[in-house]
Amino acid sequence: MSDFFSTLVDEFPQVRAGLWVTLQATVLGALLALALSFLLGLMAGSRLLLVRGVSRVVVEFFRGTSLYIQLFWLYYAMPPLTGYELTPLLCGVVAFGLNYGAYGAEIVRGAVNSVPRGQYEAALALNLSPARRMRKVILPQAWVQMIPSFTNLLIQLLKCTPLLWLISAADLMTVIQQLRDRTGETLTAYLTLLAVYFVLAYALTLLMNLLERTAKRRLGLATGAGSLFRSRSAATTTVGGTR
Amino acid sequence: MNGFDWNAAGEVLPLLLEGFEVTLLATVLGTLVAAVLGLAVAVAGRAPSRFVTVPVRVVMEFVRSTPLLVQLVGAAALFTSVEPLTIGIVVLGVHYAAYTSEVYRAGIDGVPKGQWEACRALSLPPRRTWQAVILPQAVRNVLPALGNYAISMFKETPFLAVITVHEMVFEARQYGAENFGYYTEAFTLAGLIFLVASYPTSLLMRKLEKRLGH
Repeated sequence: MSDFFSTLVDEFPQVRAGLWVTLQATVLGALLALALSFLLGLMAGSRLLLVRGVSRVVVEFFRGTSLYIQLFWLYYAMPPLTGYELTPLLCGVVAFGLNYGAYGAEIVRGAVNSVPRGQYEAALALNLSPARRMRKVILPQAWVQMIPSFTNLLIQLLKCTPLLWLISAADLMTVIQQLRDRTGETLTAYLTLLAVYFVLAYALTLLMNLLERTAKRRLGLATGAGSLFRSRSAATTTVGGTR
Repeated sequence: MNGFDWNAAGEVLPLLLEGFEVTLLATVLGTLVAAVLGLAVAVAGRAPSRFVTVPVRVVMEFVRSTPLLVQLVGAAALFTSVEPLTIGIVVLGVHYAAYTSEVYRAGIDGVPKGQWEACRALSLPPRRTWQAVILPQAVRNVLPALGNYAISMFKETPFLAVITVHEMVFEARQYGAENFGYYTEAFTLAGLIFLVASYPTSLLMRKLEKRLGH
């Protein structure tokens, strides 16, 4: 057991590099997913059938075809088909962003729909422009409702980053597997890897809880400090599918 | 080699469908494990002693927060003598049990308090309280959520390819590797099969959810 950890300390720069790749994939993938969630989610609320339809098709396509296949398609199938080749990390970011963006779009759509009708009418009565209505009245209220679901999605995304190992990006899983091969300590290696992911997930949850608290404060809904340490709930289901 | 080769697509399709049977088998059995184990965990989570409830909750939180792929690869590396498909089904089942247990928990919490009190008043033993009163009411409410988890499990079965279960994606990768990189056809078709299988199921689940008034 000590053999594994002493190797881990010796190879620390490599481990840190792997962790960095994993974090990059998570954060960049999440940012892309967030942008797509809002784009597709707001499109789903459009009055134009065409805009709504495009959003629906894109969302169902990326939710329906499995992240694993999307990632592999980008890595293996796209280069021969189009001649463009993405680096493994970029493949990961694009696939995570598209897949989770599709799930996130449903969250945005659901949250925007759940803002009471009267708020729209009041904003309309005050003659706010559609953009201001969205930005000043609807979104701040919808945002508070979106955060817990987004937290779940973010952890799901983090949990998918070991897929990068399969398309040979040198992520955390790759590095730990190398250490395992060198020391032969399978159980210690995988438990360590799981523990690191657990810590990362918990840290992200804390950050998101902080974000939720700030968003609630903006609406005048103060919450105690205890809310920060609340674990995420598994049972948040968006319409037509979990995650 | 450029563009989409229809001959290769025709050649790989039967292989994919063969693998698809394994995919379905893993999903169905995995869902069963998750449904049963999740229920057991949810019931254990309401045990009177904290020495039971706290460890159960911590373990499930850990399973829920760590990657399925690492759990799979780790289990396969530790239990080399067990068949990969069995490992896959058990790991999928345990992973999703961490989610379904929360669903059951919410379902059990949703049973009105009066029902518990009535059971106590009738001095029903705990076993009969669960069996005859609480579970029949709780399980009805959780069925749509379980269905949704089955769909997400279905979309995560490609992970099993990594531990050499011969499911659809395994076949796709093998075909691509053996035929000088006809990955495009294999993966495009595999994705379409997933879409064709999962989209109608999602629609059905949505209908069921509406029907049960969620």
